[in-house]
Amino acid sequence: MRKIVVLVFSLVTLLAATIAMAAEPVRIGALFAVTGPASFLGEPEKNTLEMLVKETNAKGGVEGRKVELVVYDTQGDVTKAVQLANKLIKNDKVSVIVGPSTTGETMAVIPVTEKEKVPLISCAAGVKITEPVKKWVFKTPANDHVAAEKILIHAAKLKQKNLAIITVSDGFGSSGREQLKALAGKKGFRIVADEVYGPKDTDMTAQLTKIKAGKPDAIICWGTNPGPAIIARNVRQLGMKIPLYMSHGVASKKFIELAGADAAEGIILPAGKLTVFDKLQKNDPQAKLLRDYDQAYRKGYGVEASTFGGYAYDAFLLISNALKRGATPVQLRDGIEQAKRLVSVSGIFTMSPADHNGLNLSAFEMVRITKGDWELVK
Amino acid sequence: MHIADQISQYLLSGLSTGAIYALIGVGFAIIHNSTGIINFAQGEFVMLGGMLTLFFLTALKLPLLVSIILAIAVATLVGIAFERLAIRPMKNASPISLVIITIGGSILIRGIAMLIWGKDTHALPTFSGNDPIQLGEATILPQHLWIFAVTVIVIICSKLYFNYTISGKAMRACAYNSRAAGLVGIDVRRMVLFSFAISAAMGSMAGIIIAPLTMTSYDVGIMLGLKGFCAAIIGGMSSGLGTVFGGIILGVLESLGAGLLSSGYKDAIAFIILLIILLVRPQGLFKKGDTERV
Repeated sequence: MRKIVVLVFSLVTLLAATIAMAAEPVRIGALFAVTGPASFLGEPEKNTLEMLVKETNAKGGVEGRKVELVVYDTQGDVTKAVQLANKLIKNDKVSVIVGPSTTGETMAVIPVTEKEKVPLISCAAGVKITEPVKKWVFKTPANDHVAAEKILIHAAKLKQKNLAIITVSDGFGSSGREQLKALAGKKGFRIVADEVYGPKDTDMTAQLTKIKAGKPDAIICWGTNPGPAIIARNVRQLGMKIPLYMSHGVASKKFIELAGADAAEGIILPAGKLTVFDKLQKNDPQAKLLRDYDQAYRKGYGVEASTFGGYAYDAFLLISNALKRGATPVQLRDGIEQAKRLVSVSGIFTMSPADHNGLNLSAFEMVRITKGDWELVK
Repeated sequence: MHIADQISQYLLSGLSTGAIYALIGVGFAIIHNSTGIINFAQGEFVMLGGMLTLFFLTALKLPLLVSIILAIAVATLVGIAFERLAIRPMKNASPISLVIITIGGSILIRGIAMLIWGKDTHALPTFSGNDPIQLGEATILPQHLWIFAVTVIVIICSKLYFNYTISGKAMRACAYNSRAAGLVGIDVRRMVLFSFAISAAMGSMAGIIIAPLTMTSYDVGIMLGLKGFCAAIIGGMSSGLGTVFGGIILGVLESLGAGLLSSGYKDAIAFIILLIILLVRPQGLFKKGDTERV
């Protein structure tokens, strides 16, 4: 009798557990720099993720599984990011973490998620996040060297040999400078001038005069607003007629507004497809998704969708794709790593054990600024 | 491009950035000369000038000239309020505590500006077009001419004011010895208030005329303020030609350093010069020991 009671009891508990597991929602943690100096990244990321979770749950969840979201604001602070990552794992018991927004925070959080075996999908661009590959760490923004390569391929097409580079003296600029120099060497370009400027500098004519003296065939500038806008104006002031390339760091209308349509005319840069979604060819696999995202974001928040929010979009899509296989951290990790040709905002993701970023050259389109608007470069 | 042509462009670039530093530096000097303190909120008045003009121009859709006048007026009021609320209540405070108060004030002003106008960078339209002016092989922009002109006018006006008007002379008297000035019937506190109003007006004017070139955002004041401070130190805190030369020396050396040596050390070059001057000639390059201060 007693044996039967034990048997029935354990059967019931087992059954209850399985039912509970099937219905149990998946819990996603997110660490974004919603306030503080990096809020231009964190705010659209948070908005996007909240919007997607709401949408998904309204539709009944992923494969019948509801999604719960826990978002914490790191304020761009490395120490806070680590504390909050621990809190997400230990208190909130999340199965996967999206974020943090910046490379510094991500690098600090990686040891925590590796130790606790929780998958992390970073929204930061630094190449060292996924190189070398770490078992539990993924990232959605394309690597800087993809953008650099895109520029150099275009320069090679125009038979340019001698290049000048001018980069900002912060993390973004120095990473771009390294990638450009390494790739240019490999592709047989000669760097005739290698100049830098400070993020708060107000006049770059001195650097550009030196560049002019080096007689390059083209200039590549690597920075984020407002420096590149000042450089575009200075190039015009000095009457330099050679092509000017910019990085993907200024792929927004704000850049054209700051530089002025005159000075921005003819500048060529690699841009994420979201920037030019309305100019893509009809059969582009990303076109519809990008348009829908932009519309939904405008409806929800009253401003146009940004590339940065797109990073969180990618992360959510990777997770919901992986959820088909199960919702434990291990199942999610494997599912994310096995994503194949997943069409999203930043590009088409194909992950593998050797590549935890999954984007290739197709993540960017080369665009030229014409009359204050983007124009695809064929 | 020959090296001579390059150098002429470096000199011209340096001259135009130097004029900006000088204009900001003069604001530092005026307050220092009537109160003995360094007002580290000076850079924020520069920011306020640019941001307020932009605000009147875009949000209220006023014409450029009206926006500029209103921006200077509002920035001056902020300067007056700053003196009334932060400096005057501190009776018998030592100059060093007042200096620290100005640092606090600058953080407060910057924070409020960030809350009101956000963190974006904005561009102001140029006053008279964007077509570069060719001078030999070198070029400058029409906006640079505006900067030169305003700098010259400001220097002349301040010279006239401090040497030929009663209140200007009274302000100089406060600089020599505020106690003695008080004894001969000068209202020292009023002179201090005046000096804040004048330097706020001057700082905001500098901010307005440079904004079309350097762009403006809530945090432009930090670096520009620091460079203006350097100019004033090199010039020995004179509100006249000394600071102008200080600014031009700084600007030219920065630009020559970036062009001929390495652009990575541009700011380092400027600050090393400042350190050397502080060590070798703490009274500034153009001053013979302890003489007059205005």
